[in-house]
Amino acid sequence: MIKVEGLTKRYARTVAVNNISFEVEKGQIVGFLGPNGAGKTTTMRILTCFLPPTEGKASVAGFDVQEHPMEVKRRIGYLPETPPVYPEMDVSGYLEFAGQIKGISSADIKKKVDEVVGRCALGDVRYKLIGKLSKGYRQRVGIAQAIIHNPPVLILDEPTSGLDPKQIIEIRDLLHELAGEHTIILSTHILSEVEHSCERVIIISSGKVVATDSVANLTNRLRGSEAVAVEIEAAGPHPNVSEAQQRLEQVQGVSRVVAKEQKDGRLRFEIESLQGRQIRAELARTVVNAGWNLSELSSVGLSLEEVFLQLTASEKVIQPEKTPEPTPEGSEK
Amino acid sequence: MRNALLIAGKEIKSYFASPIAYLLMAAFGLIFGFTFYVSSRDFIRMGLQAQMMGQQQPMSVNDIIIRPLLGFAGTITLFLVPMITMRLIAEEKRTGTIELLLTSPIRDNEIIIGKWLGAMVLFLCVLGMSMINIAFIFIWGKPDVQPVLVAYLGLILQGGCLIAIGEFISTTTRNQIIAGGVTFFVCLFLYLMSYFTGTDTGVVSQVGNYLSIITHLENFSKGLLSMKDVLFYLSMIFLALFLTSRSMESLRWRA
Repeated sequence: MIKVEGLTKRYARTVAVNNISFEVEKGQIVGFLGPNGAGKTTTMRILTCFLPPTEGKASVAGFDVQEHPMEVKRRIGYLPETPPVYPEMDVSGYLEFAGQIKGISSADIKKKVDEVVGRCALGDVRYKLIGKLSKGYRQRVGIAQAIIHNPPVLILDEPTSGLDPKQIIEIRDLLHELAGEHTIILSTHILSEVEHSCERVIIISSGKVVATDSVANLTNRLRGSEAVAVEIEAAGPHPNVSEAQQRLEQVQGVSRVVAKEQKDGRLRFEIESLQGRQIRAELARTVVNAGWNLSELSSVGLSLEEVFLQLTASEKVIQPEKTPEPTPEGSEK
Repeated sequence: MRNALLIAGKEIKSYFASPIAYLLMAAFGLIFGFTFYVSSRDFIRMGLQAQMMGQQQPMSVNDIIIRPLLGFAGTITLFLVPMITMRLIAEEKRTGTIELLLTSPIRDNEIIIGKWLGAMVLFLCVLGMSMINIAFIFIWGKPDVQPVLVAYLGLILQGGCLIAIGEFISTTTRNQIIAGGVTFFVCLFLYLMSYFTGTDTGVVSQVGNYLSIITHLENFSKGLLSMKDVLFYLSMIFLALFLTSRSMESLRWRA
């Protein structure tokens, strides 16, 4: 549905997007993840024909963004970073205007506005001036504007930024509802967002794609080693923290032991294994042999947050597996 | 064309949703009304004096009241137009709504023409305020209709021309104050050009005089409709709108 090949956007002094390529299948929700200034917005602007690329090609539904911008624009609903709303208009007036410039005929427009007002739960504020609305409502008006003409592709730039947790959940639900019939790209720098809403994730950093994969695979791939939380309880006298730590470190296959909080005589450690080693059984035995009670032994998944930090900090970790040519180390800012 | 009208409609709603439209209409109405009062007072005084001196020749309302008055209205528009046009595109750029317009399936030219039309409608409303006073003359006097219509046509053409220039300047910045200020100085410059060159007959002066926006209005306010002047204004409108569309395109490359 969306195809990007060797896309580059250069400004006078900076390279915002540097030779990125990716594809998005029909009906997928893809998260576009990266720190601020990574090139997310620029890429989205190119896809929506707001900006022309310096080099490379991008196409949406088979139409090239440079050769057939009108066809592309007709098939895209776009929510920019700040919702493009006119404060002096009321919600329904604005949606009518937005719908009509996206090609909805004046005969259909009322019906479409009703539909989208219902879908984005804007009924309460329908006749209010947009300038008087809270950020959350404005954001929803922005989303309503993006989906009013029922485009096959939705491009949402940080759809949940500035919203409170309840509103974020509402937006997520809305996205899930839209997912089946629409292909969605959403950008965010909030990781839990991607874990919740997206099937695939494209991580970009400094204008380059550093990883694209399904959310589950990506976490697994980086989690070659195992992380285990261990909680021990002394049967008799309180065990010494450093002594316990030393013992645990001596278990075969353990690479690192981090002491966590201790309370009521319970000690908690987070233990990472060496690549590809199973350490849980051995850990349990060590603890029991030492005369302590093992009150918890659980595996700790690496959160996407950590994956993200690892990836954007050192691009080399994952690069060799995905793309054959290694990227130069000093990347552009 | 439908899209251009949609944009124009949106612009008109925005103007009338904010105080700017009413403010401009009130300000213009007041200034025009005041000048109308002064010139009709003088006209009556002159009429009485002429009667006392025993002159029988009737004085022309057209020449003494309407012509200078509408000529003066042309000068006032120099001040009004920047206030109408400064927000046209600068504001969309500042608030980011330009992204909605530029990513919707409409052409740049439709946006530009729509915005120009919207500003023109407001301009016509403002100019329309002068008709209140002119109507009085028609009620109590018998002026010629035709020169009045020609003068209004001239004012509309000049307004269209200045609005197109203002729209062009509005695309070049995201700051409304700058857009308004620069537009004002450009308008003023085009107006003053005729002063700089009025007494000189060199080629440069003649070109400058031709480009001065106000010299073409003079014929209109005399009631003379010449193709040359109409074409001047139309080509200026076209040129300014063309520059606007170029500027919009460069916006994409620079944004």
